[in-house]
Amino acid sequence: MMRLPPFRYHAPDTAGEVAHVLANEGPEAMIVAGGTDLYPNMKRRHQMPSTLVSLRRVTDLAGIEWGSDGGVRIGAGQTLRALERDPGVEGALPALWTAVHQISTPVLRNMGTIGGNICLDTRCNYYNQNYEWRRAINFCMKCEGDVCWVAPSSPRCWAVNSSDTVPVLIALGARVTLVSDRGVRELPIAELFVDDGIEYLAKQKDEVLTSIEIPAQGEARSVYRKVRRRGAFDFPVAAVAVRLAFDGDRVESADIVLNAVGSTPVVCTDAAERLVGEVVTEDLAAEVAQVAWKPAKPLDNTDLTHMWRKKMVRVNVKRALLELAPGT
Amino acid sequence: MTQGSAPAAAETRRKVHMQLLVNGEAQEVAFLPHKTLLEVLREDMQLTGTKHGCELGECGTCTVLMDGEPMLSCLVLGIECDGVEIETVEGMATGAGPHPLQTWFADLGAAQCGYCTPGFLMTAKSILERDPNPSREDLVEELSGNLCRCTGYLKIYEAIEAAAKDMREGSQ
Amino acid sequence: MTAPKDESNGAPTPEREGLEQQLQEGLRLIGKSPRKVDGMAKCTGETMFADDLSLPRMLICKIHRSHVAHARIKSIDTSAAEAMPGVVAVLTGESMPNSFGILPVSQDEHALCIDKVRFVGDPVAAVAAVDEDVAFEAMNAIRVEYEPLDPVFSPAKAIDNDVEPIHDYGDDGNVHKRVSMQFGDVDQALADADEVAEDVFYYEGNTHLPMEQHATLAVREADGRLTVWSSTQTPHYLHRAMSKVLEMPPSRVRIVACPNGGGFGGKSDPFNHEIVVAKLAMLTGRPVKVTLTREEVFYCHRGRHAVLMRARTGFKKDGSITGMHFESLLDGGAYGSYGVASTYYTGALQTVTYQVPTYRFDGVRSFTNKPPGGPKRGHGTPQPRFAVEVQLDKMAERLGLDPAEMRLKTLQPPYSNTANWLAIGSMGLGPCIEKVVEGSGWKDKHRKLPRGKGIGIACSSYICGAGLPIYWNAMPHSGVTVQLDRGGGVAAFCGATDIGQGSDTVLATCVAEILGVDLEDVRIVVADTAITPVDLGSYSSRVTLMMGNAAIQAAERAREVVAKAVSKHMGIPAVRLRFADNRIFDVQDPEQGITFAEGVALGEARFGTIAAAGSYSPPRTPGKYRGAGVGPSPAYSYSAAVVEVDVDEETGEIEVEKIWIGHDIGQSINEMLVIGQVEGGVYMGLGEALMEEMAYRPNRFGVHKIPSMLEYKSPTTKEMPPVVTYLVEDPDPNGPFGAKEVGQGPLLPVMPAIANAVYDAVGVRVDEVPLSPEKVLKAIESKDKRYGPKRFPDLRITETMRVKTEAEGGDGTAPRPPRKPKSEKKEVASS
Repeated sequence: MMRLPPFRYHAPDTAGEVAHVLANEGPEAMIVAGGTDLYPNMKRRHQMPSTLVSLRRVTDLAGIEWGSDGGVRIGAGQTLRALERDPGVEGALPALWTAVHQISTPVLRNMGTIGGNICLDTRCNYYNQNYEWRRAINFCMKCEGDVCWVAPSSPRCWAVNSSDTVPVLIALGARVTLVSDRGVRELPIAELFVDDGIEYLAKQKDEVLTSIEIPAQGEARSVYRKVRRRGAFDFPVAAVAVRLAFDGDRVESADIVLNAVGSTPVVCTDAAERLVGEVVTEDLAAEVAQVAWKPAKPLDNTDLTHMWRKKMVRVNVKRALLELAPGT
Repeated sequence: MTQGSAPAAAETRRKVHMQLLVNGEAQEVAFLPHKTLLEVLREDMQLTGTKHGCELGECGTCTVLMDGEPMLSCLVLGIECDGVEIETVEGMATGAGPHPLQTWFADLGAAQCGYCTPGFLMTAKSILERDPNPSREDLVEELSGNLCRCTGYLKIYEAIEAAAKDMREGSQ
Repeated sequence: MTAPKDESNGAPTPEREGLEQQLQEGLRLIGKSPRKVDGMAKCTGETMFADDLSLPRMLICKIHRSHVAHARIKSIDTSAAEAMPGVVAVLTGESMPNSFGILPVSQDEHALCIDKVRFVGDPVAAVAAVDEDVAFEAMNAIRVEYEPLDPVFSPAKAIDNDVEPIHDYGDDGNVHKRVSMQFGDVDQALADADEVAEDVFYYEGNTHLPMEQHATLAVREADGRLTVWSSTQTPHYLHRAMSKVLEMPPSRVRIVACPNGGGFGGKSDPFNHEIVVAKLAMLTGRPVKVTLTREEVFYCHRGRHAVLMRARTGFKKDGSITGMHFESLLDGGAYGSYGVASTYYTGALQTVTYQVPTYRFDGVRSFTNKPPGGPKRGHGTPQPRFAVEVQLDKMAERLGLDPAEMRLKTLQPPYSNTANWLAIGSMGLGPCIEKVVEGSGWKDKHRKLPRGKGIGIACSSYICGAGLPIYWNAMPHSGVTVQLDRGGGVAAFCGATDIGQGSDTVLATCVAEILGVDLEDVRIVVADTAITPVDLGSYSSRVTLMMGNAAIQAAERAREVVAKAVSKHMGIPAVRLRFADNRIFDVQDPEQGITFAEGVALGEARFGTIAAAGSYSPPRTPGKYRGAGVGPSPAYSYSAAVVEVDVDEETGEIEVEKIWIGHDIGQSINEMLVIGQVEGGVYMGLGEALMEEMAYRPNRFGVHKIPSMLEYKSPTTKEMPPVVTYLVEDPDPNGPFGAKEVGQGPLLPVMPAIANAVYDAVGVRVDEVPLSPEKVLKAIESKDKRYGPKRFPDLRITETMRVKTEAEGGDGTAPRPPRKPKSEKKEVASS
């Protein structure tokens, strides 16, 4: 049986206390919410925190609060299942609902939280392996080794940001709140991510993600398309989130965000700009997809081949645009 | 292999004593604090009906109910279960009478090797508690986190549908 | 249909006559669908799998495995592990010098490697400690110094004589086994053909992935004897290996096979971890348990061999086959396992579905530095079946024939011998094809569906038990003893192991049917080498047929004793007695009778304690040539499948929408379990066809790429389509009540039917399994609308054994091989 290494365990009641414990325990303490990402990692000895700070009892991390303008504040400790079952999310934020609904499996979504999915450790099939397996490759840069086996000549780690919700939340313009003993800060969620497989979050080790705010979407429409082998369990190997606001038939504003094709989500600004003021046609969708496709740089460290995954970005950007276009 | 300063052995080898509410009975259990619920159930409470296939959340075999919701017992700590109502396959029957799901799983061949069966039964129970008349599509969706290598799932659907019918008719 | 040949166990016996009578009188349980005898226990948590067992003072074992693919072991430092508090014993290979292996010709494994390691994951040392935490730390504290050797991962490269040999035995270099045999004149047949198809196919390796990870608990009893509980499909072979390695008399070693949480062939070899915990138990005097991690289960493997194949087949314009030359190159991995048998199996069953009047097979199994291949559901036959069925589909189009019609016209006749001397019994493939064609609406769909939608057909056959045992002997393959209690209870004992397929139920059903009692009146005791008669194991789809026949014989013999006493008591001849519904009564006056318990009491009073034994040995096979041990079977099951798919032309993704499958079961023992096996086989075939593969990283130290449940893709509920099952019951005279196998056969047609359906949908050929979206898309984007291997390497065949076919006036023999006739005895025979 795969077992956890030993640790000290704290289960504070408030976010403030969590921050306090983190400040006291130092960088070797880790936060655990649903446990669905961290515990497997600990069992494989990726992380062996001396202290676990559990969010399980923290009541002020729960809740889905809708503002009068249609915006929403979601507590980071909200389970994925609760979001999936929230009629407001399904109705007003269908792309987010789709992303949440497609995370792993129903039983895992009962445990995993939205905060956990946002902070999901980057993944790589040289990294997400047991300790003994990784010893056979002399480990990798992300954990105990020196080399990135996906790109051995590269000075950096190329583990993949595999969150389903992140590209959608970026496209929807979400903001996140981080709390530490040093204070509270709020930032656009896109700024939370760093293009590095190891230091993939701008969140400091003593900070806890407490909430996500999604602005009112008005008439804007959004969609999430996930590429993976099976209809359950699997992380995305390519993901596309698109949000389009229309003025009549014409696109007023556009956001196209990719994920699972690199260590950080890819915001396709050029592709999105190409859409503004235009009517979405089959040809335009194909053209925009061709632009969006370029920054995707998948490597051979997930399921399915990276060449195919890159092609799938193009296919799915096009399909997403056509899905959102009025009258199609 | 150590990363960070591991807590001293004396500290982590000390068992915690806790009351766990399993299958309707409050029980005093002593276990190491880094043990998962799966390990506590199987090793410290001898409830070996809950199985395991990967211990990483990748197969659904170890599913139990916590406050009525299916959870992966391999990814929950025993110490996180304070005050939680835990239900395992051993608690499904009422007295000597099996739960309709157990009856129909047995009658329709939904259990072949039987190893994934407790996990499926737990998930199925929660499905029927939420919706007494699930569609086949609902079952496909809700059972998608439980892998079975024997049946191809078809007899599992049939058994759940038969049990649901029984339970609906029984409660009228 | 022609009359069955009497190839059964000698002359009709009184028991056999009793069976005839039973059949005429109507069956009470056979063919019905009562609940499995172990069904409810599996739904309450009561069934104890190996890892569910624990004993006081039990130690936990962890195994230190090689992290290099190929190396000599220079030294092993266990001192740090030994010094850890809580570590009770540390073991290395030197303490177990005897080698073992499933086949007598491939005794190439050690419980722990001694001189060399041959793949990443090969076991090197073991620890026993007070708990798993301590055992894990100790396992990782073991230090091994290696002298690296060049690894080889590709079979084509491995068979080159210049590479570093992995073993010091085999045919040459890293060729573990090379075979070449010809039946009839294939060159002439191909010359005479109107069309000759030549195709190269590749079938990627895949693994069983049972939900239960292998586990074993061993105990040294107070008197020094050994008992081992294990998740094994073959307690008998483990018994032999254990005795050999531990140098203990078999009489003092007891192996109990626990119910297996899925096997599929993956628990059919004796495994190093089983022997290791037994040794540790003997050394420490304490119970020792090992439960493998999922990653370690991937290292056990013994799954589907990756096979590169070339098929050259001659056809007449009407679709009939003139001859076939089939070549296969197997990636064997690091050890022999069942590999010699697997090699033969890639060439054995091409002839049993359609008439193949002349046939040649060349096969090579290579050693490579990967976990060993072995028997997975269908053992060695899904790969060639894929090739044959896809090639037929291509040829049907070339000849302008309907692929279903073409198959129907060329069926191998029932009760006939094939070119390679396999004796076919009942043969229900025709009705299977007809049913799936009709049920699926084939005629309105094939080549008529809109682009992107497609339909495909394929057929297959499988053995019902290997005709010869794994080690040469003349003893029965299966034995059953039946004991009657004066209270009316029946105990049935058999060495067979229930791996989920329902063998416990088959045993109880056969016995209950003959004795006229209910299933609940029969208690079964199984899979215990100290207590139950030998059954060779749950492999090669042999249990229903062989154990079933032995059970019938044992029950008949017990019944005969009771019948004699009851006959005297009632004053009517024994032939007039019927045993049914827990009664024994006069068939001519059913009111006149006594209870079964009263009957047993009469029998026991007159003849003493009632116990009877039955056994089964397969009929002799007409093939007498070297290599004829693989392929013969008492009976052959048949399957036909039609699959409908939807293919996304932009992504290459395949959605399987529905599967219709017909299976010739001979006679169902329990219809519900038969359908369950069909559906399960279809499921596993679906996984093989679409996504499952044993992938490695040859350029990264040869590690397994994806040894986890998450990344080795097993279909979820979302991928499983509806399945319509048609059972064809064409009873085989060799089967118990006419029954044939169902555990493996229905997997076989699924992969080629999907490939053929993909062609129908989008006009591309993917001559490779799995048909992953990348491959389908590449085929769509390619000029020749095909994805698959193009070349087949030279197998360096220097000598081909020539066997005359029946049509040529042959007698099943081949000219004697020129050298060492004695080695015939070691010839592998089965699977």
